[in-house]
Amino acid sequence: MSQAFRSSQGGRIDRSRPLRFRFDGREYTGYVGDTLASALLANGVRVTGRSFKYHRPRGLMAAGFEEANTLVQLESGARTQPNLRATQIELYDGLEARAVNCWPNARHDVFGFFQLLKPFWPAGFYYKTFMAPSWHLYEPAIRHGAGLGVSPKLADPDVYDKCHAQADVIVVGAGPSGLAAAIAAARDGASVVLVDDKPALGGSLQYEPGLVEGLPAADWLKAREDEIRSLPNIRVLGCTTAFGYYDHNHLLANELLPAGGTSPRQRLWKIRGRQIVLATGALERPLVFPNNDRPGVMLAGAALQYLHRHGVLPGRRVAIATNNDSAYAVAFELRKAGVEVVQIADSRGGQPAPLAQAQVLGIPVTMTCAPTDTRGRSGLQRVELHDVNGQGQAQPGTGRWLDADVLLVSGGWNPTVHLFSQSGGALRFDDQQQAFVPHRLAQAGHLVGAAAGQAERDIAVEAARVAGRDAAANRIVRELAPVASTAQAALWSVNVEAIGRGPSKSWVDFASDSTESDLRLSARENFVSVEHFKRYTTTGMMTDQGKTSNVNAIGILSGVLGKAPGEVGTTRFRPPFNPVTFGAIAGRNVGAYYRPLRQLAAQEAHDAAGAKMEDYGAWMRPAFYPQAGEQESATIHREVLAVRSGVGILDYSPLGKILVQGPDAAEFLTRVYVNNVRTLKVGACRYGLMLGEDGIVKDDGVLTRWSENSYLVGTTSGQADRIVEWMEEWLQCEWVDLDVTVESVTTQWAVVMLAGPKAREVLSRLDSGIDLAAAAFPHMSAREGRIGDVPVRVARVSFTGELGYEISVPWQYGLSLWNALLEAGKPLGIIPFGIESLMVMRTEKGFLHVGSDTDGLTLPQDVGFGAIIDKKPEDFIGRRTTMTPDGRRTDRRQLVGLAPVDGASLLPVGGHVVDAAFKAASGHTQGWVTSSFMSPTLGRPVALALVERGRERLGEQVQVFDGGKLLPAKIVSMTAYDPEGERLRM
Amino acid sequence: MLKIDCPFCGPRDEAEFRCGGESHIQRPGPHDAVSDAQWADYLYMRQNPLGWHFERWLHAAGCRQWFNLARHTVTHEVRVVYAMTAPKPQVEATEVRS
Repeated sequence: MSQAFRSSQGGRIDRSRPLRFRFDGREYTGYVGDTLASALLANGVRVTGRSFKYHRPRGLMAAGFEEANTLVQLESGARTQPNLRATQIELYDGLEARAVNCWPNARHDVFGFFQLLKPFWPAGFYYKTFMAPSWHLYEPAIRHGAGLGVSPKLADPDVYDKCHAQADVIVVGAGPSGLAAAIAAARDGASVVLVDDKPALGGSLQYEPGLVEGLPAADWLKAREDEIRSLPNIRVLGCTTAFGYYDHNHLLANELLPAGGTSPRQRLWKIRGRQIVLATGALERPLVFPNNDRPGVMLAGAALQYLHRHGVLPGRRVAIATNNDSAYAVAFELRKAGVEVVQIADSRGGQPAPLAQAQVLGIPVTMTCAPTDTRGRSGLQRVELHDVNGQGQAQPGTGRWLDADVLLVSGGWNPTVHLFSQSGGALRFDDQQQAFVPHRLAQAGHLVGAAAGQAERDIAVEAARVAGRDAAANRIVRELAPVASTAQAALWSVNVEAIGRGPSKSWVDFASDSTESDLRLSARENFVSVEHFKRYTTTGMMTDQGKTSNVNAIGILSGVLGKAPGEVGTTRFRPPFNPVTFGAIAGRNVGAYYRPLRQLAAQEAHDAAGAKMEDYGAWMRPAFYPQAGEQESATIHREVLAVRSGVGILDYSPLGKILVQGPDAAEFLTRVYVNNVRTLKVGACRYGLMLGEDGIVKDDGVLTRWSENSYLVGTTSGQADRIVEWMEEWLQCEWVDLDVTVESVTTQWAVVMLAGPKAREVLSRLDSGIDLAAAAFPHMSAREGRIGDVPVRVARVSFTGELGYEISVPWQYGLSLWNALLEAGKPLGIIPFGIESLMVMRTEKGFLHVGSDTDGLTLPQDVGFGAIIDKKPEDFIGRRTTMTPDGRRTDRRQLVGLAPVDGASLLPVGGHVVDAAFKAASGHTQGWVTSSFMSPTLGRPVALALVERGRERLGEQVQVFDGGKLLPAKIVSMTAYDPEGERLRM
Repeated sequence: MLKIDCPFCGPRDEAEFRCGGESHIQRPGPHDAVSDAQWADYLYMRQNPLGWHFERWLHAAGCRQWFNLARHTVTHEVRVVYAMTAPKPQVEATEVRS
C-alpha cells in the first residue's frame, strides 16, 4: 500500500530510507524518522484501535504521550510489550505491532457489538449489577474479559541498566524554553543534565512555525545546538522520559536505547539535582461533543506535528473546531501544504486576531459555532455544526452538515504539570487562561515556558534564561507569579440539550471510555469529591492518567456542581508520568542477581558428592546427599543413622560468628544475653538466648570466651548480619560508654561440624596438637591448635545430640579441611550429611530451633529459661518485658514434646493442640505443633509443640486437630533421644 | 528518595540508610526499678508530630555509623544532622505546606 497521505516534501524524515513494518497483520512502508503512528497515518490507516469498554473504533487523536486511542502490542514472543502508544514508538525496519483489546483486528472486532450495549452500561455498572450474592462470584469472569494487551509469557531476553547521575541543574524538556534555561545555567558554570523524550532537541521548534527571537525556528535551534556542543558541562539525555519527581529533587527518567545489538534495551536514570527546571510544555484539550471519538477527529496540535515532523497530511478535507487561536496556525500550515481546509468553527464570538489572515487565505471561518455530531462508517465523513451561545449551548434550528474526512479540535491548553504535582507543588486555576497552572513550589526549582502557562515564545525564552541563571545560583522560588496572557474562553463541552439530544456519546476520557453522561450521572448519585468522581467513572484512571481528559472532566463537573473549577480541584498526579516497563525497574537484579547467594568454601566437594542444594536465607546449603535413585526420606534416614552409629560431617560455615572484644566485652554481653556471662571461663562455651527489648526470643547460639576480653558470639545463619547491626545500634546509641568492638567474622572462618560417636577418632587423625581426651577437652569447651601451618579452632559442642566438634579454619582452607576429614574418616565410614538430617536429629534431642519452635509471642520462660533468668542478677535486653503481667501469666504456651498415642502417626506441623474432650472445630486451641519428624533413630514420630501450661501437663493425653481430623497424642519431655545426655559427654 | 548528609561520608541517597525511628528515648532501668507503665511507655509510645521529628539513622551501606537528624514530617526537609550523643537541637518553626 502506498503512502497516500505522505506530503511530497517537508518533515524530519528520510525519504531515501524506507522501512517496512506490519500492523494488525498488514504490511506497510514508512521512513526513518517516522513513529509507528505517523507511518500509519501516512498509509491512510484510520481505525487504529478499539475503545476499552465498548470496543468502538478509534483512530489516532494525538502525537505524543497523551494518545489515548492507539495502544499496541509491540512484537511477539519474549520481547513483546503491551499497551505502548503508537505515537511513542520510533519506527524501525521489520516492526510488528497489533492493536490491543480487539479480535481479530481493530478494523473488524468481534466485540464491536458491545457499543450497542452502551445505554445499559453506565458509570458504576459493575457495582450496581454484579451484587447478588457477591461481587466475588462474577469477578473472575469480568477480570478475564477486561484489560488491554497481554504481558509476555517468556523470560525477557534483554538487559536493562540503571544509572545514577547528579547535577546542579536538571532541565526536563528540550523545547525552546528548556534549551534557553539549560544553556543559561551552564554558562554560569552549573553542571546541567538536559532530559528530553525525543531523539532530537527542539521540542515544539520541530514542528511549530514562526520566528524565535527574530530567527527562523530551525536557525535558532541550530545555534542552540552548537552552543550546547561547546558547553562541556551540559549532558544531554535524549529518548529519555522523566517520569517521577520525588523528594529532595530526585528525578527518575527512562532512556530507550536502539533495538538490537548487545547494548541494554533501556536505562533507568536516577538523577539528583540541586535544582530542577521543568520545561515540560503543554497538552492540548480535545472538545467534548457527541461522537467526538470517531476516527478522523484529532487534536489540532497533533496534526501540526504530523505535518512538519513527519511530512504526513492528516486528510484531504479538513474541518477545524476550536475555542482558541492556536488552531488557526494549524489551518494555515495545512493550507500551505496543499490541504483543503473547509471550515474553521470557532465557538467564541468577536474578532480573533488570526481572523484576518484566514480571510486572506480564503479559509471560511464561522464564529459562535461548534460541532454537535459526526458521521462516517470506518472514519469521519461528515461533521454537524450548530451555532452556540456563550455557555456552549447549541441553538435549535442552526444545524448543518459539512463533508470532511478530518476534524481537528482544540479546546485550549493545559500546562503539563504532572511532574510538578508529583514534586508536591500546588496548582491554581487561572481564570484568565482557563487552565490549572503551577502555583506554589515544594522543592528547589523553576518552571518555564508553556509548563508555566507562558504561551508567548520570545517572552518564555527570555524568562527561561533568567530561570536558568537563578537555578545555577540556587535561588529558591516559593511561588510563581501569574503570567500575563490573553483571556481564554472555556468550552468544557458542547451542550446539546437545547437541540433535544444528550451527552451519552460525548466522550471525556477516550482511554477509559467514559462520557459526559457518566459524570452527570455520578453527580445525580450524589458524588461530590473529584477523587470519587474519578474512581466511580474511571475518568483519568487509565495508563495515560487522564492527560487529555482530567481538566475537561473538572470543567464539566464545575458546571454540574455549580462550583468554580478551582473549587472542584484536581486529582493528584502520581508517578509514573508515562508507563515504565518492569524490566527497567528491575534492572540487573533478575535471575541469579535478584539476590546474590553466598557460596560455601567447600562447594565443589558438595557438588562432587551429589548434594541437593537448597536456599537457606542468604546461602545455598546442602540439604542432604542422595545416592543414586534414593528418595529424600530414605537419604535422611540413612544419614541420621550413620551419624548416630558412626560419624558424619556437615558444612556449618554459614553459622553467624561475631567477634566481641574490649575491656567491657563481658559487661556488654551480660546485657545482651539472657544467660549469665560473667561466670564463663576462658576456653569455655555456653549456649544462650538473646531477646529483643520486647522480650521475644530473637536468636540463640553458642558463646565462646577465647581470652579475657575476647568472645565469639555464635548466631543462627539467617540472623548473622542483623545481630551484628543490632549490637552496633546498642553500642552506638545506648551504651556509648562501653569500650567494646563488634565485628562479623562469619565468612572469615569456614566451619565443619563433625558429629557421631566416632568423631573423636576422626579428629585425632588430623594432627591439630589439641588434647582431645574427654577430661582435657570436655563438652562445652573450645581449644586452639594448628594443622600444619593452618590455625584451627575446635569447639566441642553438639546440635545433633552426639559427641560433636565444630572445627574452624580460615575460609580459604574450608575445602581442604572438608576433604581431610572425609579422608581421615573413610575407614570409619564417615558420611557427609545435610541440614535436613541435622533438623531431624535436633528434634529427636529436643534442641530448640528459633523461628520454628518460637514465634513472635515466645518469651524465654516459655522455652525453659525461667530458672536461668531467676538466677541472674543483672538487667539485660528484654528482661523487663518478661516480668510484665503478660509474661507472668500461668497459662502461657510452653515448649514440650508430643508423641502420637498410636506410636505411628506423624503429627502435622501447625496442627492445633486441643484437649482430649474436644469435639467440634469451634473450640479453644491450646497451642500447636512446631517441629515434627519420623525419627529414624527411635523408629517412631517425634514432635515439639507450644502448649498452654505444657510443662505441668507432662503425661496428659491431648489431641492434634488438623484439617478436620483429630489425632490422639501425649504431652512428653522435649528430649526423646538420650535424655541423660550421656552421648554428649562420651 | 531523601538525600541525607551523613556526618562521616557526606550526602548520600536514602537507600544507603536505615531509619531507627525517634531518637532521644532514655532506656529506663534496671529492670527491678521500672514500673509496667514506664516500661510500656519506653517500649511502645512514640511521637508522631506534624513538623520537626528528631530521629536516628544508620548509614548501613556506608560507614555503619548511627547519627541523629531533624526531619520535617510534611516537607521531608532534613535540617540538622548531629551526633548520637548530642542534645536535641533547636529547629526554628517552618511554614507547613500540605
